[in-house]
Amino acid sequence: MAEETTQSEEITTPYDVAKLAPPPRKKRDVPDGLWMRCPGCEAMLYRKTVAENLDVCPECGEHFRVGGRRRIEQLADTGSFEELFTDVAPADPLEFHWSGKSYAERLSKEQKDTGETESMLTGAAYIKGRRVALGVMAGDFLMGSMGSVLGEKLTRLIEYATREHLPLVVVCISGGARMHEGALSLMQMGKTSAALARYDDAGGLYIAVLTDPTTGGTTASFAMLGDVIIAEPKALIGFAGPRVIANTIKAELPEGFQRAEFLLEKGFVDMIVPRHELRSEIARLIDYFQA
Amino acid sequence: MNRSRRRTASRVFRGSNRPRRSGQNRPHETPMPQPQDNIVGLPFEKPIIRLQRQIADLETEQIKTGRDYASEIRQFRAQYVSLLRKTYQSLSPWETVQVARHPQRPLSRDYIGLIVKNFVELHGDRRFADDKAIVGGLGRIGTEKVLLLAQQKGRDTKEKLAHNFGMAQPEGYRKALRLMKLAEKFRLPVVTLIDTPGAYPGIGSEERGVAEAIARNLLEMSRLRTPIVCVVIGEGGSGGALGVAVGDKVAMLEFAYYSVISPEGCASILWRTGEKAPEAAEALKLTASHLKSLGIVDEAIPEPLGGAHRNPSETAHNLERYIVRTLRELRRLETDELLARRYESWRDKGKVLEPQPAEPAAAAK
Repeated sequence: MAEETTQSEEITTPYDVAKLAPPPRKKRDVPDGLWMRCPGCEAMLYRKTVAENLDVCPECGEHFRVGGRRRIEQLADTGSFEELFTDVAPADPLEFHWSGKSYAERLSKEQKDTGETESMLTGAAYIKGRRVALGVMAGDFLMGSMGSVLGEKLTRLIEYATREHLPLVVVCISGGARMHEGALSLMQMGKTSAALARYDDAGGLYIAVLTDPTTGGTTASFAMLGDVIIAEPKALIGFAGPRVIANTIKAELPEGFQRAEFLLEKGFVDMIVPRHELRSEIARLIDYFQA
Repeated sequence: MNRSRRRTASRVFRGSNRPRRSGQNRPHETPMPQPQDNIVGLPFEKPIIRLQRQIADLETEQIKTGRDYASEIRQFRAQYVSLLRKTYQSLSPWETVQVARHPQRPLSRDYIGLIVKNFVELHGDRRFADDKAIVGGLGRIGTEKVLLLAQQKGRDTKEKLAHNFGMAQPEGYRKALRLMKLAEKFRLPVVTLIDTPGAYPGIGSEERGVAEAIARNLLEMSRLRTPIVCVVIGEGGSGGALGVAVGDKVAMLEFAYYSVISPEGCASILWRTGEKAPEAAEALKLTASHLKSLGIVDEAIPEPLGGAHRNPSETAHNLERYIVRTLRELRRLETDELLARRYESWRDKGKVLEPQPAEPAAAAK
């Protein structure tokens, strides 16, 4: 995950997710590698223990952010993920530049740092022996922002799930639409939703998993369209960012506003599922809906 | 409501541009544009406004003194027209944004007054409230009966507050969906006019699930079994605009803008100061001509010389012509064919590299 300062640059909506959500990993005062401090309870944690605990704090249950590949390891049956549509790569259609920087350079730097081509990983996998079409957003790639590639890969995945009669599971983590591709990013909301409409018409089961944070255009399209919507504990989920709202209404936001528990209370997610139970919960849902 | 609408309209359309008809399809004459002293000048229009003032002064002088300045006035007017043309032919993206937000730019309800006959407004989402930021109803445009959804900003302070500056809340999108379903049931085509800075970022809006409301509209509009035509008439502010803008055809008025984020918002994030909005507007490629070449909109509907606010009735006429022509084309298609084409047109939106490209950095050069 990028540092705090560069993170906010990648957030595409004025939605200052990184500033509000607990910092995902490293803290400078902790020796790199072996130990980490839980941003929730401040406990010093042995990194290996945390990893074995699915990146959840063993002390307080705080769910740390998880990169795309790691999420797949945690969610899919070991070695079952067959990646699809890997050849779809980002372009720089707007030739976007800002204060001496360019989107094209940013992309290649991001690709080098993360080893990923883009912010969406798609493929087929098994979850507890149930075959699914699996889309996982890479929150570590430009804050999981939604550009043309995300829209194209997700649309292909939905079409694949429709053709193959597979349940669709999409794990969301996103700062919203990606500014550097302008209105093309915005259109991905319409594109993916159109694909989901066809999948819905064909009787497909779509399970959306919302993790911290899921905001902006991602929330206002495929994240909120699940037949069943699962959220991870305390995940920030919203359309506009908290700071934008606070600035607009010139008032403080209520405690727990836009957190998973708040959305559950307001009726916008079906359930909050701790990471340890995610696999079995998804498997159980699939069994109910599909014989 | 109707009375207040008319009252404001007459304030806007003072002088030679007072609308003379509503929605008749007769050939449109484009009169020589006259300098209008009631037009609020934008920062980049200073020379135009100066010329405008000079002409007005000469005219007053002529009346006061009885001297004949006709030839000077004629000369100034010619200059005025050519300057206006030159300026508007090469508006920068930031200037375009300013025109799209011009305080006198015609709003949805002005177009409703000018081209929609027999408008019957329908209210409410049947769940929570009636959101006045999106007006919905039945009406006739040209020969076509339509269901109209129009994002409404309001002209003066009172109206702006009533319409929440055109920033819809969940109930606005849910009202829109309810009415679209009604249109589908009775095979009425849907026309949407888009003009919003964005969906409203407020506590209630989030509590009642504005993201879900927009998402639901995107999905349902993509499969609504009746033609949908969308036109961005002013500001196309991100998801708040898209929530009523998934259609068979999407057009923009020539000086409207449509963007994933406001130029100010983009500038404050990337440049770390809102003052770089002009640069951000440039970078975002948010004008009708850019978006047409990117395949995001199908058509840019021409505006009169000097922008829609200088001649609302001509703009309305162009808008009407586009809507009627497009609805006629779409009506010829079988519903399944219509939906197949709609899907393909949205499926195609976006630009990616494939197969496995050269470095993106290299590709951009």
